[in-house]
Amino acid sequence: MTAAAHKTDAAAASPAMLEVSGLAKTFTLHIQGGVRIEAFRDVAFSVAAGECLALVGPSGSGKSSVLRVVAGNYLAQHGSVKLRHRGQWVDMATAPHRRVQEVRRLSLGHVSQFLRAIPRVPAVEIVAEPLIRLGEERAAALARAAALLARLGIGERLMQLAPATFSGGEQQRVNIARGFIAEPPILLLDEPTASLDRANRDTVVALIGEAKARGAALLGIFHDADVRARVADRTYSLAKETAR
Amino acid sequence: MTAGYNFAYLDEQTKRMIRRAILKAVAVPGYQVPFASREMPLPFGWGTGGIQVTASILGHADILKVIDQGADDTTNAVSIRRFFARVAGVATTTRTAAATIIQTRHRIPETPLRAGQIMVFQVPIPEPLRWLEPRESENRKSHAMADYGAMHVKLYEDIVRYGQIATSYDYPVRVAGRYLMAPSPIPKFDNPKLDRSPALMLFGAGREKRIYAIPPHTPVVSLDFEDHPFSLQRWTEACSQCGDTASFLDEILLDDQGNRRFVCSDTDHCAARQAAGAGGAP
Amino acid sequence: MIPCVSVSFDADADDDDAGDGEAPLLAVSGLCFAYGARVALADVDLTVWPGEVLAVAGESGSGKTTLLGCLSGELAPQAGRVGFLTRDGKRVDMHRLGEAERRRLLRTDWGIVRQNPRDGLRLGVSAGANVGEPLMVLGHRHYGWLRAQAGDWLDRVEIPTDRIDDPPATFSGGMQQRLQIARNLVTDPRIVLMDEPTGGLDVSVQARLLDLLRRLVADLDLAVVLVTHDLAVARLLADRLVVMKDGRIVETGLTDQVLDDPQHAYTQLLVSSVLQP
Repeated sequence: MTAAAHKTDAAAASPAMLEVSGLAKTFTLHIQGGVRIEAFRDVAFSVAAGECLALVGPSGSGKSSVLRVVAGNYLAQHGSVKLRHRGQWVDMATAPHRRVQEVRRLSLGHVSQFLRAIPRVPAVEIVAEPLIRLGEERAAALARAAALLARLGIGERLMQLAPATFSGGEQQRVNIARGFIAEPPILLLDEPTASLDRANRDTVVALIGEAKARGAALLGIFHDADVRARVADRTYSLAKETAR
Repeated sequence: MTAGYNFAYLDEQTKRMIRRAILKAVAVPGYQVPFASREMPLPFGWGTGGIQVTASILGHADILKVIDQGADDTTNAVSIRRFFARVAGVATTTRTAAATIIQTRHRIPETPLRAGQIMVFQVPIPEPLRWLEPRESENRKSHAMADYGAMHVKLYEDIVRYGQIATSYDYPVRVAGRYLMAPSPIPKFDNPKLDRSPALMLFGAGREKRIYAIPPHTPVVSLDFEDHPFSLQRWTEACSQCGDTASFLDEILLDDQGNRRFVCSDTDHCAARQAAGAGGAP
Repeated sequence: MIPCVSVSFDADADDDDAGDGEAPLLAVSGLCFAYGARVALADVDLTVWPGEVLAVAGESGSGKTTLLGCLSGELAPQAGRVGFLTRDGKRVDMHRLGEAERRRLLRTDWGIVRQNPRDGLRLGVSAGANVGEPLMVLGHRHYGWLRAQAGDWLDRVEIPTDRIDDPPATFSGGMQQRLQIARNLVTDPRIVLMDEPTGGLDVSVQARLLDLLRRLVADLDLAVVLVTHDLAVARLLADRLVVMKDGRIVETGLTDQVLDDPQHAYTQLLVSSVLQP
């Protein structure tokens, strides 16, 4: 973490892309007698362009839930999640549904832990989809998807198959490719290297480096301390509820 | 007029009811007007609708002609002609030009009709949309909304199956650009005779209790596709009696060897041509 | 009595207005429908935006199918409005239009895919005529062109074009459903209502149909209201999800948010009741 800390000053010069403040999330389980489970509270941090912030904390401290609230996948009880979207701030906690969708399409990438495979759709098309939705020509999008998958060690034959039957590591790489391909200005990464071998881990680290170099703001959870040290500029600890 | 029957068989109140339906039908060309069809002294399907229409419009001075498949001398035509001669005492004829009212089943005479004449058609099924949609309520709605695209489905299916529009009788028409109408089971050969005819056309369906009409000079268009336009049947043969090549011909099998002859379906037309000296085809 | 009062109607002042000046294609407000004393829809509000797939989930009897009927005008609600944005930018209430105008609009701008393809097809006439009929209804009268359109659409819904002259009575259930979809899309509608389009199909057939629908909806930029009790179908196809219970909407949100972080007790029950293979 000391390695990460010295980069902070350089990153701070860049404009903030993501600002989270006073964020709290509680689950109310109505079908279990209304039990309330607090996922996290008083979370506040910001991520600048070209910077990677790592969320740290013990298992169950709510790291994934923070990412999901930022993505608009979970609803927050309190606080705001401000994202820079086409030059303006959008609060994901209160924005209308269509604005959230637009942010997801244009400004935000999310690499979750699990791939949601679509029956019959080949891996290469799943990866190309975010580009096509941005208006990229289909053939060009598929070519870029194929190149990115190849870089992540998914062979030409495999990428033409639907990933439902892929191994965990292969599905993970498809998910990563889908998150990175459109080069979103803000990128959320949930354990992107969890089930990858060393070579692929290095590729992901390189991809993160390239994303930072082009000015993307990254927020991630990295279980692997080595990977975290290589990519993160700062860390934010959820257990202590303080930023480093 | 024979004692015991009112003039033209039907009582006057019934005739008034039917005349009101006819007036409405004339006012709304092609629209099927419901009417309280009466029991007639013959089975439904033998022309009860046409007979009721004829009975309601017949006057003492009228001259009636009745044809069945174009012929004046078939059982049905003869029976209906004699029926009216007996219950109305009106003059009858087989000559198209001489008649004021022509009741018909399945044909329109070859001799062009003139103003003042009335054609009365016997109609078995008045609803052209029924083959596709059996629900009367839906069909009424289609008529109300002029929602007739489905009718082309039938013609489309014809082309799919036979390479052409194979519907050859009861060929659907659009009347005055509005109502879709079944012209009764006349051959499509006769459809052009409906278009802008100087005569009044009345259609009576006894079992179905519907009357509809085409007033004189009303445009009547046969449905078709741009690339499969409406076309008429043609014969390479000529009538063996009068030699006509332009009239609607019936085919008559002569023996088990497949020998056949063609004769005019319209017996009055054929007889008139023969009287004028026309000879048959060899 | 119907537990509903008439609500003031301002379709363009919508909760979900993203402030981009775009107006919802469909703006439904205060919709109430009762079968005698039994309330099937109680004060239902919803919006559908151009190009958006909105799923309506809930168990049998929750009012989903009644809602579809009220949207298309097949059922007349006792209260409420179904505001539809016409191509020339005017907002019309589907239930205040004359019958002829409503039918015209349904023919040009709407598609309705029934759960049972037998209810949406003419089983006795050829597949080509089934696809061509909506075009004939719109006034197209060129056989060759109609046939070319039908062939093109059969191909798009993955029905071999050599089956164009076969009646759908000879098709499998999955093929019949794909044919029904072609019949509904051939007129280039702006909104399509779908009632359990994958219901009653084998799982493998369902997957193929879902993939097809997903692609068509994206390619044609269609707005869709999709009624389904299958949450996996909603997740795959829908941008937003509405959950209904006892004729009321209990929860609305982005599909993944409603399924991953359900707020209402009933939604939580629905989500937790799904078997995970």
